[in-house]
Amino acid sequence: MNQLNFPIISLITFFPVFCSLILMMLDKDRKELLRVTALVFSVIEFMISLPLLAYFNSGTPQMQFVEHVPWVESIGMSYFMGIDGISLWIIMLTTFLTPICILSSWSYIQKYVKEYMVCLLVLETAMLGALVSLDLILFYIFWELMLIPMYMLIGVWGGPRRIYAAVKFFIYTAAGSVFMLLAIIFLFYYNHKINGIYTFNLLELYTLNIPISIQFWLCSAFFLSFAIKVPMFPLHTWLPDAHVEAPTAGSVILAGVLLKMGTYGFLRFAMPLFPYATHQYVPIIATLSVIGIIYGAMVAMVQTDIKKLVAYSSVSHLGYVMLGIFALNMQGIEGGLYQMLNHGISTGALFLIVGMLYERRHTRQISDFGGIAKVMPVFATFFMIATLSSIAVPGTNGFVGEIMILIGAFRSYPVFAVIAVAGAILGAMYMLWMYQRVMFCSLDKPENQNLKDLNMREIITLLPLAALVFIMGFFPGLFLRKMDVSVEHFLDHYNSRYESYVIMQKDLSSQGPETFMKKQIKNSFQKEIKNKGE
Amino acid sequence: MLEFVAPALNIKILLPIIIITVTALTVLLIDVFSPREKKSHLGYIALFGVFCTLISVFKLMPISVSAYNGMFLHDGFSSFISIIVCIITLLTILISINYQKIVSTINCGEYYSLLMFASLGMILMGSSGNLIMVFLAIEIMSIAIYALAGFRKENDKSIESALKYFLLGAFATGFLLYGFALIYGATGTMDIVKIGAVLKANPKIMHTPFLMCGIAMMTVGFGFKIAMVPFHMWTPDVYEGAPTPITAFMATGVKTASIAAMMRVFFIALGPLQPDWTTIMWIIAALTMLVGNIMALTQKNIKRMLAYSSIAHAGYLLIGFVAGTQLAFAGILFYLLGYAFMNLGAFGVIALLGKKEKEYTQINDFAGLGFKYPLLGISMSIFMFSMAGIPPTVGFMGKLYIFTAAIKSGFIWLAIIGVVNSVISLNYYLRVFVVMYFKEADKEISFPTPSPAIVVALLIAASGVLLMGILPSDFWEMAQEATLM
Repeated sequence: MNQLNFPIISLITFFPVFCSLILMMLDKDRKELLRVTALVFSVIEFMISLPLLAYFNSGTPQMQFVEHVPWVESIGMSYFMGIDGISLWIIMLTTFLTPICILSSWSYIQKYVKEYMVCLLVLETAMLGALVSLDLILFYIFWELMLIPMYMLIGVWGGPRRIYAAVKFFIYTAAGSVFMLLAIIFLFYYNHKINGIYTFNLLELYTLNIPISIQFWLCSAFFLSFAIKVPMFPLHTWLPDAHVEAPTAGSVILAGVLLKMGTYGFLRFAMPLFPYATHQYVPIIATLSVIGIIYGAMVAMVQTDIKKLVAYSSVSHLGYVMLGIFALNMQGIEGGLYQMLNHGISTGALFLIVGMLYERRHTRQISDFGGIAKVMPVFATFFMIATLSSIAVPGTNGFVGEIMILIGAFRSYPVFAVIAVAGAILGAMYMLWMYQRVMFCSLDKPENQNLKDLNMREIITLLPLAALVFIMGFFPGLFLRKMDVSVEHFLDHYNSRYESYVIMQKDLSSQGPETFMKKQIKNSFQKEIKNKGE
Repeated sequence: MLEFVAPALNIKILLPIIIITVTALTVLLIDVFSPREKKSHLGYIALFGVFCTLISVFKLMPISVSAYNGMFLHDGFSSFISIIVCIITLLTILISINYQKIVSTINCGEYYSLLMFASLGMILMGSSGNLIMVFLAIEIMSIAIYALAGFRKENDKSIESALKYFLLGAFATGFLLYGFALIYGATGTMDIVKIGAVLKANPKIMHTPFLMCGIAMMTVGFGFKIAMVPFHMWTPDVYEGAPTPITAFMATGVKTASIAAMMRVFFIALGPLQPDWTTIMWIIAALTMLVGNIMALTQKNIKRMLAYSSIAHAGYLLIGFVAGTQLAFAGILFYLLGYAFMNLGAFGVIALLGKKEKEYTQINDFAGLGFKYPLLGISMSIFMFSMAGIPPTVGFMGKLYIFTAAIKSGFIWLAIIGVVNSVISLNYYLRVFVVMYFKEADKEISFPTPSPAIVVALLIAASGVLLMGILPSDFWEMAQEATLM
């Protein structure tokens, strides 16, 4: 049992679904009531996730708050959940962003308010479930479950091309994940063949030795699924469509958490399960990440639609995250994790800001604006903070993440790091240029002259994000401290497993394939004997 | 003087069959004595009879015997099939009770009586231990269904559907019977268990053209019934024309029973030949999935779409056939039960819509339905997502089990084709969802207030889909026990 002697993870995971059931019973015409109820519930949800932070023991790499109950015993599925330093902050980000999303859709969403709130809350459950699952099938279920509410959010409350965008989003991600499912099943059987037990338990599967040739294919299936989610170049085409068509809150959740599922999946599943194949993949992933960084930035530069610009900047930022993670050293991975949070906050804020502009002017074309700073000074301030955070100016959170990723990348692959730095410059260019065209210049359009500045609700929506930009920029230790041990453990595990594969590979080349198999079987026997002895 | 010894009849194990037959006859009888306008109680009598049958099946479940000189096998497998068939019949009757408001011609004793005879045939198909019994059972089932398909008497499409099904069906049964005859010629016995034993004892017979020809013809006959490619051509037309509850009944019941009979014949009688027919089944399974899914993509009529989807689902079930292990059998049984829930649910929703003599079967008719009738929308979405294999529904769990079995038996490519197909299928299942939620209604859809019967049916189906998807343990164990043939 866990340190609280209380199934807190289950509570956090399923509380939103429970709330959505209550929401369903309310009258659909009382929109204000629905909004307030949803907001209150999501704030409560954030509150009950706070004990995770308070009681999290940052001194151990073990899974914490673990819940482990058999589920389908005959084929070894279990209800297995736990948290470590890698997932902790993303979970906090999820519970933190949901109330903000609800606030941001206060006046934007006018039709089907009830269904909208239900979708947001169900989505929250699915995301949290995927983040805490340590059983592969359980993870897969939540992973797929995420698609449905997001699909609804884009398809029902989205823009004019919403159906196209929603279907594209769904098919892309589902296509990737079915191959992961096959790989999971194969892994399950391979484990049974070698160790004689049926299990989908991730932690047990971590120690499985998989022959290189099989490992390569399994790893490819996992990589494909996660790379689509991230999304990595050249699988990113669904993202701009989805972002542009989605309602503001949908974009915030999509950028803030859903994309992180891909990078999280790499760290939690693909890399530790298949260290040897991952190692082989590093040059490819690094190349694609760098292409993503530069390509995303360059495409963002020529966009005429602000939201599309932010969407392409996401591609660029996620390229950084991937580059950091695949540097496979302390700074790189921690930087990647940190940048995941940063991106959730800064890009989330940018999407909120774009949404606020859109609500006022019903356009997102950069050319329709100009000189907005004069009529909306408060708005301009928040916009500036988000922009600076996005381009990683020192003092903001983005700087910490980016600098750590670049340090990590320099240690592993200097050439890629050099190119990535160029991406940072491009980032500054397109963001500042956009800011200049929208906020400064002359206030020559009559429609823009009477725009109202932010109201109280909008300020409350943006304030926590703006505060976090600085907190995370000035006190990164506060956040990194909780990750340190887990990331260290991840690297230890990864490196030792990788080395054992290298040794095995040597044996293989010197002795032929049969001995390799024999050795594996012998190992598994020894393990069994050891287990029995205990 | 010949001494005549009366064989010891094991009446007890026939109890479910007796109950369903007696109820079917009773319904016919009551129909004669009830006034023309007041016939709505017939459905409830049928319902009661099938419910009693279901209970008796449960009571007899632990018994495992071979009775009547091996003609009738009562074991876990047959019980499981009987349970699925009873559930299918129950749900079909519940849907029909509402449907008779829309199509009044089905409001008569024959309808329910034929329905029950068809399910009698299905139960027998799962329990037959002899090729002759298989044939008789198929005929009992098919003849009833030929008639049922044409029950919207005033509708041309329904008549066409019945005629098409009858002509092609009779032809296919001919093939089946011919195949049986050839197999009898090759092995000298009709008993399913004995055929297996003979083949095992005399490997010489195994590859005679005689037997091969018989197996091929039999495959054609069975293939027609489960709608596998290339014997699937009739499916869309027949499914489109038949009354909606009967379409659902055909898609689930006929498939379940035929798969059950096929499993007995192929794995017990032709077990020694498994390596030979596995290759053919592999190709057929892949083709069935591909053709079904690709054809479904372009359909505008939801009944036709579901017809092609049922072809595709036959393909998924055939993956289990190819895998051919205990695990795969359990997977097939589990999938059949789940498929019954989701498919009947989907057809139930279709049958619910529509008013006097006008059904809404175009997918575009569903526009805006999701928000207008939230419960209807949610349940249809559950069924569609389940058919597409999205967790946490039974469609996902069933596919998981079947693909797992395939991978365990080493058929990785077939499993890959299977998952690629489920991605293709997402396109058209999602389209229903898209139309229901993302499109605005351009015309008013109205339907008579649904009777409690169909609400119960949809509730059972939806909760079955979710329950088997979230807590599959018990069902899975039941399916595993049932495969110990």
